[in-house]
Amino acid sequence: MRRWTTPVLQGLVLAGAALLIAVLPRFTSEFRLGQFTYVGIYFVALLGLNILTGYSGQITLGHAAFMAIGGYTAALLILGRSGFELLGQQASHVLPEHGMRAIFTIPIAGLVTGVIGCLFGIPALRLAGVSLALATLAVAVSLPAIAKRFEHLTGGGGGLSLPLPHAPFGWHLSTPHWLYYEAWVCAGILFVVAWLLVRGRVGRAWRAIRDGEVAAVSSGVSPAVYKTLAFGIAAAYAGVAGALFAIQVSYINPDTFPVTLSLLLLASVVIGGLASLSGVIVGAFVLEFLPIYAQSPPLVHLHFAKQAGPVVFGVTLMLIVLLIPGGAASLLGRVTRPVRAWASR
Amino acid sequence: MSPLLELRRVEARYGPIKALHGVSLTVADGEIVALLGANGAGKTTTLRAVSGTVRHTGEIVFEGKQIARGKPDAVARAGIAHVPEGRGLFTQLSVWENLRMGAYVRGERRTLRAEAPRVFKYFPWLERRRDQQAGTLSGGEQQMLALARALVGRPRLLMLDEPSLGLAPTVVQEIFRIVKELNADDGLTVLVVEQNANVALDAAARAYVLEVGQVAIEGQSAELRRHEGVRKSYLGY
Amino acid sequence: MALPLAFTWTEFGQQVTSGLASGAIYASLALALVLIYQTTNVVNFAQGEMATFTTYVAWTMMHHGLSYWPAFVLTLLIAFGGGVTVERVLIRPVEHRPEIVIVILTIGLFIAINGLVGWVFGPEVKAFDSPFPNRSVVLGGVSISVQDIGTFGVCLGTVVALWLFFRLTTLGLAMRAVAFNPDASRLMGVRVGWMLALGWGFAAVLGAIAGMMAAPTVFLDPDMMLVVLIYAFAAAVLGGIDSPVGAVVGGLLIGVVINLLGAYVNFVGQELRLPTALAVLLIVLVIRPSGLFGRVVVRKV
Repeated sequence: MRRWTTPVLQGLVLAGAALLIAVLPRFTSEFRLGQFTYVGIYFVALLGLNILTGYSGQITLGHAAFMAIGGYTAALLILGRSGFELLGQQASHVLPEHGMRAIFTIPIAGLVTGVIGCLFGIPALRLAGVSLALATLAVAVSLPAIAKRFEHLTGGGGGLSLPLPHAPFGWHLSTPHWLYYEAWVCAGILFVVAWLLVRGRVGRAWRAIRDGEVAAVSSGVSPAVYKTLAFGIAAAYAGVAGALFAIQVSYINPDTFPVTLSLLLLASVVIGGLASLSGVIVGAFVLEFLPIYAQSPPLVHLHFAKQAGPVVFGVTLMLIVLLIPGGAASLLGRVTRPVRAWASR
Repeated sequence: MSPLLELRRVEARYGPIKALHGVSLTVADGEIVALLGANGAGKTTTLRAVSGTVRHTGEIVFEGKQIARGKPDAVARAGIAHVPEGRGLFTQLSVWENLRMGAYVRGERRTLRAEAPRVFKYFPWLERRRDQQAGTLSGGEQQMLALARALVGRPRLLMLDEPSLGLAPTVVQEIFRIVKELNADDGLTVLVVEQNANVALDAAARAYVLEVGQVAIEGQSAELRRHEGVRKSYLGY
Repeated sequence: MALPLAFTWTEFGQQVTSGLASGAIYASLALALVLIYQTTNVVNFAQGEMATFTTYVAWTMMHHGLSYWPAFVLTLLIAFGGGVTVERVLIRPVEHRPEIVIVILTIGLFIAINGLVGWVFGPEVKAFDSPFPNRSVVLGGVSISVQDIGTFGVCLGTVVALWLFFRLTTLGLAMRAVAFNPDASRLMGVRVGWMLALGWGFAAVLGAIAGMMAAPTVFLDPDMMLVVLIYAFAAAVLGGIDSPVGAVVGGLLIGVVINLLGAYVNFVGQELRLPTALAVLLIVLVIRPSGLFGRVVVRKV
């Protein structure tokens, strides 16, 4: 039996987290703030990935490719045809005449990417497990090539520079602060959406499919619909994250979202814990900070090459898979068990 | 003389379900022993405990030594050939390749050169169809190939799991005739699990009847034929 | 579609032969993937990175004065040992876990090796020697580079040697038996675990050969095998992921088709070769999920 204390406790933890996120900028440098902004962006991307892989059981090695689609969508809408021509390039007629305010491009990027995700999800239905991993990896590897080929839309290898973002509506916020809040407000909204999805009917259907498609079919769940939906939602999340990313760095090119990012995203979700929303936040921190700390570990005065990051990342992933299948979330669960036990007593 | 194979209070389980509740039995060198019983009595599990395909507690002693637990490959190398339920053929490989696999246990080439002619004596048709894919053989032929494959490895003990399953009576007769011949010619020791008690008791000198994972009745085949309970439950007259 | 150059049969022949050479490389790596898939039921995403690593090892040995063929052979031995070790240490403990877990593990290995290569050998592109002279022979009007002939010969030679090994030797037979029926193999006295490890070892050897044959043309850098891996995957899936013959045919087919598309279809050009190949692959997969040579698996509901 769940007592009233459990939801209250959950609410308190969430409120505490929200408060922490809200006041954090007061206590940190702008450089650190930038890093926390990336954590927020990764958090959004990982939420989507965990919905797809953790809850609906479909593996993807191409999540960064969907981020790229979102990023390009946002970039093109921000620039518009006029902005594009300012860069000295021939603009495609698909674009609107004038650029949009960055913040409005975020939901559009999410929507566009979501639709493309659904479209990709339909052929993906015929692929399971390994074939799906292959197909998504293929998308991730080919997207940079495609972006380079369609120069008139993407600026080719040179990429697209975006105007430096600033807070809208005359708000008095420095650019890094504004970007931080933008990312985390999106993260907060999308977290709630994910939470509602996962705990509701849709989430149950996903888990049923993941744990046995045949059984799911016989209990009246249509795998095709729900698997495609998972792809669409995951892509939409990736699209939002990609848009945030492009706005944050105010630049995008075909290598902004490389294949390795797709792999690291999957690694982060597993390290955080598959099918766990609390694991996602751990994953986002790991993705941002593990490579940095691997290069120059705290406490010891050593400095390693940039590649130390991926090595530590890969090894961590393997160790987690071998030793802690539930990821960080299961450790977290173990630590907080007494409290939760008390709450649901 | 100590027996070739001895089981002492052997227990085995599949997850939470206990299949053997302390089975004890012996097989002497050169003997054919039958293991009878109803479905789920634990006959197959007994063979699987010996061959190491299911983990057991209790003692299984073969040629005076404890048998390796849960290591089927080691058991096979010790000289026990297990023709499992469903025969365990390599259906995508040819007849000849299956026989080669049978010889693997003693070093393929030398063993095959020495043993293949002997086995072909009992199954002459195998030699003519050595390049046929095993999966395309008929049920009876597959059973004979499985038997032949086990024999190529010159086992000290042959364990057969329901060789008669799904086969026509004449084929079953043929298989048991060959088993008896092998026993008479080479002194091959056989432990055979059978539903078809009639056929098994014909071939075997002694038999054990398993009921719910334990030995319920044991004795010479002739005695068991006269046993009231055995006759009613397993022989059907 | 407009042809970018006037069509001649000799030009066409040259495209086909150079396609066959790169196809042979894809075929080797594809066969490595199939070998592992058949025995362990795992698709090894780190196969390409393992190949890259061993190619760097070969480069290091040659850099320190060893001549090509001794370095080649030593590299194959090291690759074999590495493959066996990976199976024993990493894959064995997760043998019975869901497929997705094993895939993720090989992705961890991918990330780690990729980083390690960049860390140890540096990110800059290196030249890699070719054992074959840099000239061409003319055959029936078609000029074929010796490099291509050599690459094709080494890769296909390895494939044939491996085929003979699986057909004729006891060990090869046992490995095939394990792939088809591990339980029955155990009853035959086969140490199944070691056969799986050997499978990984042979796969690593095939990968190393693919890497060393690819390196002279694509140059040595930490990501050199990524595209090759994708083509190899495409080849393996096209041929049917459980069919060795399919992998080889698929590899050669993809090598040739990609080359022809790149040369004769303007829209595809150099950049879109990979996406085009993948689009073709996706279409094949959707129409025939088991590939051209694969066994059709019936899903029971």
